[in-house]
Amino acid sequence: MVDTPAIELRDVARYFGERIALRDITFAVPAGATLAVLGRNGAGKSTLLRVLATLLRQHAGEVLLLGEPLPRRGFAVRGRLGLLAHEPLLYRDLSGRENLRYHARLYGVGSERVEEVLRAVRMERRADEPVRLLSRGMVQRVAVCRAVLHDPEILLLDEARANLDPGASELVEPLLGRPAGRTRVITSHDPQAALAEADLALGLRDGRPMFSLPADQVTPDLVRELYA
Amino acid sequence: MSTALAVLRKDLLLELRTLETIPAMALFSITTFVIFHFGLNRPTVDGQLAAGVLTVTLLFAGILGVNRLFVAEREQGGFDAFLLAPVDRTALLLAKASALFLFLAVLEVIAVPAFSLFLLGPPLGPALPSLIAVLALADLGIAVIGTLVSALAVQTRARDVIGPVIGLPLLVPALIATARAIGPLLRATGPAPLPGKWLLILALYDLVFALVAYAVFDFLLED
Amino acid sequence: MPTYGRGLRVLSILTVVTISAALILVFFYAPLDANQGFIQKIFYIHVPLAIVSLCGFVFGGLLGVMHLKTGDRRYDMRSYVAIHMSLIFGVAALISGSIWAKASWGHWWVWDDPTLVSYLIVVLMFATYTPFRFSIEDPERQARYASVFAILGGAFVPLNFVAVRAAQGLVHPRVLTVSGGNLPGPMALTFLISLIGIALLYATLWKYEMAAKNARIQLRALRRRVLGDDDVSPLQRTAAPSL
Repeated sequence: MVDTPAIELRDVARYFGERIALRDITFAVPAGATLAVLGRNGAGKSTLLRVLATLLRQHAGEVLLLGEPLPRRGFAVRGRLGLLAHEPLLYRDLSGRENLRYHARLYGVGSERVEEVLRAVRMERRADEPVRLLSRGMVQRVAVCRAVLHDPEILLLDEARANLDPGASELVEPLLGRPAGRTRVITSHDPQAALAEADLALGLRDGRPMFSLPADQVTPDLVRELYA
Repeated sequence: MSTALAVLRKDLLLELRTLETIPAMALFSITTFVIFHFGLNRPTVDGQLAAGVLTVTLLFAGILGVNRLFVAEREQGGFDAFLLAPVDRTALLLAKASALFLFLAVLEVIAVPAFSLFLLGPPLGPALPSLIAVLALADLGIAVIGTLVSALAVQTRARDVIGPVIGLPLLVPALIATARAIGPLLRATGPAPLPGKWLLILALYDLVFALVAYAVFDFLLED
Repeated sequence: MPTYGRGLRVLSILTVVTISAALILVFFYAPLDANQGFIQKIFYIHVPLAIVSLCGFVFGGLLGVMHLKTGDRRYDMRSYVAIHMSLIFGVAALISGSIWAKASWGHWWVWDDPTLVSYLIVVLMFATYTPFRFSIEDPERQARYASVFAILGGAFVPLNFVAVRAAQGLVHPRVLTVSGGNLPGPMALTFLISLIGIALLYATLWKYEMAAKNARIQLRALRRRVLGDDDVSPLQRTAAPSL
C-alpha cells in the first residue's frame, strides 16, 4: 500500500526581494485527494501553485511531488503535472489543434490524444481557427485540453472555471474534476465552491498559512475571517 | 533534439502565419540600401566600402529579427508552456537560434541580390560561393548572440532598446571580421581570394559564444 | 559574513606607497620621450588604467560564473562592484587616452587606432550594465541576468581585442607586443610600478566598496529584526544587488 502523499510541503518559503510571498507553508495531499487553497488576492495562492508546477523555486523548505524532491528532480515530475491558470498558454495566431499538437510533441503524446480531448470538450470542429478568433470560453476549453493532454497525475487549477459558462463547465468536469481521480490543488474566487469539491483546505493570509484543515471542518466564520 | 525541432517548427509556422519578422527585415534592408545610395552620393560601391554597407545593413536588419524572437513567448505564455514540459531547456536556445539563423538566411536571399542590383558595382557571380560561406558564419554568430540578448532583454522593462544596446557592441568583432572578409570579394577589378584570417576569427567568435550561450542559457529560464 | 575590512588598512597604505613611488618615478626617473616630450608621461597612467579595467571586467565575468554556479548572491555583489569599478577606471582610461591623443597626434579621438576603438566598444557595452540591472525588478532575477551579462562581457573582452587588433591599426604605439615589450629599462620599471599601483588602487577601492555595501546590508537586516519588517521602509527599485 503506497502511503507517500502525492504532494508534500514542509516549511516552504518564497520571497520577492524582501517581501514575503510564502512563509511556513506545510501540508500534505494524499494521492487522489483535492486541496483547496483559499485567500484574498495577493495572499500567495498563485505563487504556491507556481511552486508546485516547478515554475518557481522555493527559497526555503522542502517540496516533494510524487515523492520527488524539487527543484532537483523537477524534470522527473514535469510530465506528470498539469497546470491551468489565468493564462491559457496558447499561441493566438495558431489554431487550437496546432497549439495542442505542439504541446503533444513537447510531452511525447500522440496526435490521436489531441483529437480525443478536443472531442471531449466539443471543440473538434472549431479547432482549426486561430485562437485569437475564439471566444474566451472556447479558449479556456482548449486550455483545458492542453492541461490534461498528457493525462497528468497532479492537476493544478488556478481559477480554472473562470470564463466557462455552466454548459462548458459540465463538459470539462470529467477531465478536471474529482471523477478523473487525479490529485488536485485548486484555487477559486468562490471559497464555497472550492470547498465543495475539496477534501482539504489551506487558508493563506499574506503568504502565511492561517489554517490547514479537512475541508468539511472549515466553517463559514473561518472563511469570513480569512477574507476579512 | 526533437524538442528543439518541435519548437522550431512552431516558430516557423508562426512566422509563416503572421509574417511579422522577415518582410520587415527585408524591407528595412532594401530601404537602407536606397538611403546609402543617397547618403553616400555614389552610383555604385565596391570593395571594402561595399562590404561595410552590406554588413552593417544586414546587422541592423538582423537586430529587428532579434527583438521579436521571444516576444510571443513572453506575451502569450510560451515560456511557461515550455518550462512546464518535461524537456531539456537548452532545446529552446537551439530552436530560437536556428529560427533566427533561418530568418537571416531568407533575408539574405532577398537582400543580397537587391544589394547587387541597387548599389554594387562589380558583378556578384564569381564571388558568390565565398560570400555565402562568410555570411553563413556571420549568421551563426548573430543567431547565437541575438538569441542570448533577446532572452536577456525580453524580461526587462526596456526590452526593445536593451537588445540592440547590448547586442551591437557584442557583435562588433563579428562585424569587423565579416566586413573585412567580404571586402576583397567585392573588389572592382574582380574578386580577390577570401582572407582566411577573418574566417578564422569569425569561427572563433562563433565557437566561444556558442559555448557561453550553451552554458548560461538555462539560468535565464529558471526562476 | 566576511567583513572585507580585514587587511584594508594595510592594503590602503600599500596602495598609497606604491602610487607615490610610481609618481616619483614618472616625474623624476623615467626619461623624456624623444618624440612626444613630457606629455608622453600620461602613458604611465593611461595604459595601467586600461589594463586594470579590462582585467576587472574579466574578473567581474568570473565572479558572475561563481554566482551562477553557487547561487550565492554575494558573488553577484562582488561582480557588480568589480564591473562598475572597472567602468570608472575605463572612463578614466578613455579620458587620459584622449588627452594623450590630442597632445601627440592633434586629435581628441582617432578612429584608425584599433586599441582605442576596441576599448571604447568594451566600455560602451559595460556602460549598459547598470541600466540593464535597473530594468529588472525582481532582485533575484536581476542578479542572475546581470551575471549572464557579466559572463558575456568577460568573454567578449579578449575576443574583441583580437578582432580589432587584427584589423591592423598603425597609429597606436605598439609598446607592449606579444614578443615582450620594447620599452627601454627605466621606462619599463616605471611602467611596472605604475601598473602595480593602479592594480592595488583597484583592489583597495573594491574592498572599500564591498565593505560599505556589506555594512549597509547588515545594518538593514538588523533594523528589520529589531524594528520588525513593517516599520522598515521597503527598498526602492535599485540596480544595486540587495541580497
